[in-house]
Amino acid sequence: MMTTKRQAGLLAFSALLAGCAAGPSTRQVDEATQQVLKSSFREQGIARLDRLAPDASNQACSEAQGRPLDEKLAKSIEAENLATVKMPGDGKFIGDWREGEKIAQNGRGMTWSDKPGEANGGSCYNCHQISKAELSFGSIGPSLYNYGKLRGVSDPASPDSKPIVDYTWGKLWNAKAYNACSDMPRFGHAGILNEAQLRDLMALLLDPKSPVNSQ
Amino acid sequence: MKWSLWGLVLLGALPMAATAQKSTAEGIAEYRAMLADGNPAELFEARGEDLWKQARGPKKASLQACDLGKGPGVVKGAFVELPRFFPDTQRVQDLESRLLTCMETLQGISAAETAKTPFGQGEQKTLEGLVAWISAESRDMRFNLPQSHPQEKLAYEVGKRLFYLRGGPYDFACASCHGEDGKRVRLQDLPNLTKNPGAGNGFGAWPAYRVSSGELWSMQRRLNDCYRQQRFPYPGFASDATIALGVYMGVNGKDGASIAPALKR
Repeated sequence: MMTTKRQAGLLAFSALLAGCAAGPSTRQVDEATQQVLKSSFREQGIARLDRLAPDASNQACSEAQGRPLDEKLAKSIEAENLATVKMPGDGKFIGDWREGEKIAQNGRGMTWSDKPGEANGGSCYNCHQISKAELSFGSIGPSLYNYGKLRGVSDPASPDSKPIVDYTWGKLWNAKAYNACSDMPRFGHAGILNEAQLRDLMALLLDPKSPVNSQ
Repeated sequence: MKWSLWGLVLLGALPMAATAQKSTAEGIAEYRAMLADGNPAELFEARGEDLWKQARGPKKASLQACDLGKGPGVVKGAFVELPRFFPDTQRVQDLESRLLTCMETLQGISAAETAKTPFGQGEQKTLEGLVAWISAESRDMRFNLPQSHPQEKLAYEVGKRLFYLRGGPYDFACASCHGEDGKRVRLQDLPNLTKNPGAGNGFGAWPAYRVSSGELWSMQRRLNDCYRQQRFPYPGFASDATIALGVYMGVNGKDGASIAPALKR
């Protein structure tokens, strides 16, 4: 009896030690992280401290640490983001692909060394292949070469093209509407690009005359 | 200046034809190999060794009594065990943070002032030389950051949180670019810093001489520019966030060989 008790006590003690060896508790890490964020960052130029406060989507995706989200949570985040998508006021989705190409090339904007009020770029080539002629493209996102052609868009204004045109606008406006933890910025929702710029990117992707589809 | 011009000339001559992706990476590798015996970082290393031994600051003392974690004055092997916990400051410190402490206590040079100084100026220039030399003294040694102190364990877990923290107008985290194998931004290969070999290669390459700017960048400066491109607010020099990220990357890179100070684009 005594021995059993002592053994149980020893077991509990070693379990406690193992707990210590395993490292800090989740709560300790939470608190330390908040403290570290507070003490480490300061505002500079246009980069304000509120940039550190994640919205519900970023909170969930940060916590997931690269693992897939619970399906229900993912669906609710996607629904919330879909609700933010604003279709173009004048119903015009397609602009000038030449301007779109410039926006896709431009990786500037919204860093602490950028001036307020300057037009931002889309940084698209940082992550995607787009036009065939541009060989310097990143690989974080999928290739967008032949984007419209592969989806059978021969006339973006036709009713047949409507679903893919709407989806593409929505994806550019708020990528998290279709993939809760997408790596892609929410260009419309976050105010990175304006409607005219988004129209030009739409043309780059969907206009049959754009080099994305014609070459 | 001369070196950076050479770099631009050589990089400009790289073939940008049909196989540009491969040949650019190969071209840079070739360029690095060409300079293997003459990495411009050596100029910074030589300067750093002088600065370590030179009596400087209000106290007119050298840094030779500085404890980088392996005892006062021990430089060899110190770099591959940083960041680590230091009992005297009761903090986990990386190389730059520890140098600030030593410069303040031994030489009387204000750590707060140096931390506020823009990169490439004043005492920040002193640090460039020092980190180049101190890291070079551990060249080819394997990373082995201590994780026995509770503060070191906590720093790793905080670093991991920060690595995955999405924020800013672009929703970027460190993990957006450095969480998977085989990714690129434009033509720049991105190491996966969550495990080896990426963590050892990525963490183990800084400090580095940057050909594009002709500057010697410490890990602190590298992380500062990462956060700028992440569209985050400004991380303080040697702040706990940057040190925790150093612990996270360095522990993930355990047993990777240090090639710092490396040669970078």
